[in-house]
Amino acid sequence: MKPDRSTLIQESIRLLQAIAPELDADMLSAERPLRQQLDLDSMDWLNFLVSLHQRFQVEIPESDYSQLRSLNNVADYLSARLA
Amino acid sequence: MIEFTLPSLGADMDEGTLLSWQVKPGDKVRRGQVVAVVDTSKAAVDVEIWHDGVVQELKVAPGEKVPVGTVLATLRETGESATATATPTPAPAVPIPKAGLAPRHPVSPLARKRAAELGVDPDTLRGSGAQGSVTLADIEAAALPKPDVAKSGAPAVSAASARQQEMRRAIAAAMSRSKREIPHYYLSETIPMATALNWLQRRNQDLPIAERILPAALLLKAVAVALQRTPQLNGYFRNNTFEPANSVHAGVAISLRGGGLVAPAIHAVETLTLTQVMAALGDLVKRARAGSLRSSEMSDPSITVTNLGEQGAQTVFGVIYPPQVALVGFGAITVRPWVEAGAVCAAPLLTASLAADHRVSDGHQGALFLIELRERLQEPQALAEAGSTPAAEQEKTP
Repeated sequence: MKPDRSTLIQESIRLLQAIAPELDADMLSAERPLRQQLDLDSMDWLNFLVSLHQRFQVEIPESDYSQLRSLNNVADYLSARLA
Repeated sequence: MIEFTLPSLGADMDEGTLLSWQVKPGDKVRRGQVVAVVDTSKAAVDVEIWHDGVVQELKVAPGEKVPVGTVLATLRETGESATATATPTPAPAVPIPKAGLAPRHPVSPLARKRAAELGVDPDTLRGSGAQGSVTLADIEAAALPKPDVAKSGAPAVSAASARQQEMRRAIAAAMSRSKREIPHYYLSETIPMATALNWLQRRNQDLPIAERILPAALLLKAVAVALQRTPQLNGYFRNNTFEPANSVHAGVAISLRGGGLVAPAIHAVETLTLTQVMAALGDLVKRARAGSLRSSEMSDPSITVTNLGEQGAQTVFGVIYPPQVALVGFGAITVRPWVEAGAVCAAPLLTASLAADHRVSDGHQGALFLIELRERLQEPQALAEAGSTPAAEQEKTP
């Protein structure tokens, strides 16, 4: 069954917390780019995308990286592919 | 009998607190085995042993803070019989389960044990160690009676900020020594990256996400290969003498999320394939952040590479980490104006810099290195394969 949008957001936050343990979910904007908000370097970001891939079994080609910036983007992207 | 001493874990560390033993008297140990965990101002470090043998006596108890060079344990060589002196009652060995990927606040087994003794719940604490790990000091701080803030009028200093201060002091000591002792010279070179980035993109496009290569790995490999031409930049300056390193042990500057940084080494980068460099880099970043680095990674980098990455500034001029003699810096790759075949175009460019020790090398050699680096990055396929060929053949690779 397809997870709903709030589940996708919550799961994404949980995966981000493995990379940025100090993350405060209440302070995170769903609109603003995650890498800037959380100061994630390219290795952190790759690890996040790998964990998304493992969690949701979604292929994320490198050419799609630019579509994944904010939490909302991530939820939209996953939603479209889990349909 | 062999004395096993606390190794130096970098220029900014002259003492460490033994957190736990992973062996007990009578255990057979192999060269390279992790035998103890030592807390430094930067991270908990897994200390490896450099001899095969049998543990005879543990000389330092968990919780003790000792200077570098202190004998931590004695070993007898395999085959050597136990000495006549009575072996003191060994400290009970605390079994150390190998922690998996800790979720939020990793807690070392020792800290957990102490927490139980003090009646503190470690999972409720905000750790001050790397990646928020809860350290022994955090547990003990949490067990102290809470100061009456209203009465004293001053907020209590948290364990996390104490840890921060300790790391700042360690960095201050190493960097001050560097600027005091090392006559730095600086060079920079702009490197066109279109060829390398296109090559990476083509290579990554058909690969599963976990096997894709980041530009950072290609840059590390390029540094290691380019250094083969200029050994004066790779090694250690000790006792007024330069000791070239026999291989490129690239210290990778990794910023820690709470602030501060560590620069543990990836060993013999010039012998690794690009895929291996990428795997080693991913592993190192993960472990640096989780606070589980190994002593060999901390003690022997022969050069440091700092990469500001995509979110970074355009240029970085580094401070050499003693006793090393050079630091290579990479800024963010950005699209800027570039002249090619007499015409201005927009191109992805990388500014590479070199800070080097003038006691050991001169600007001319430094420039040769940066030019070599630039040229190697124009041949990414050859660069990727350079590890699998013997050093003698690498020189001939176009």
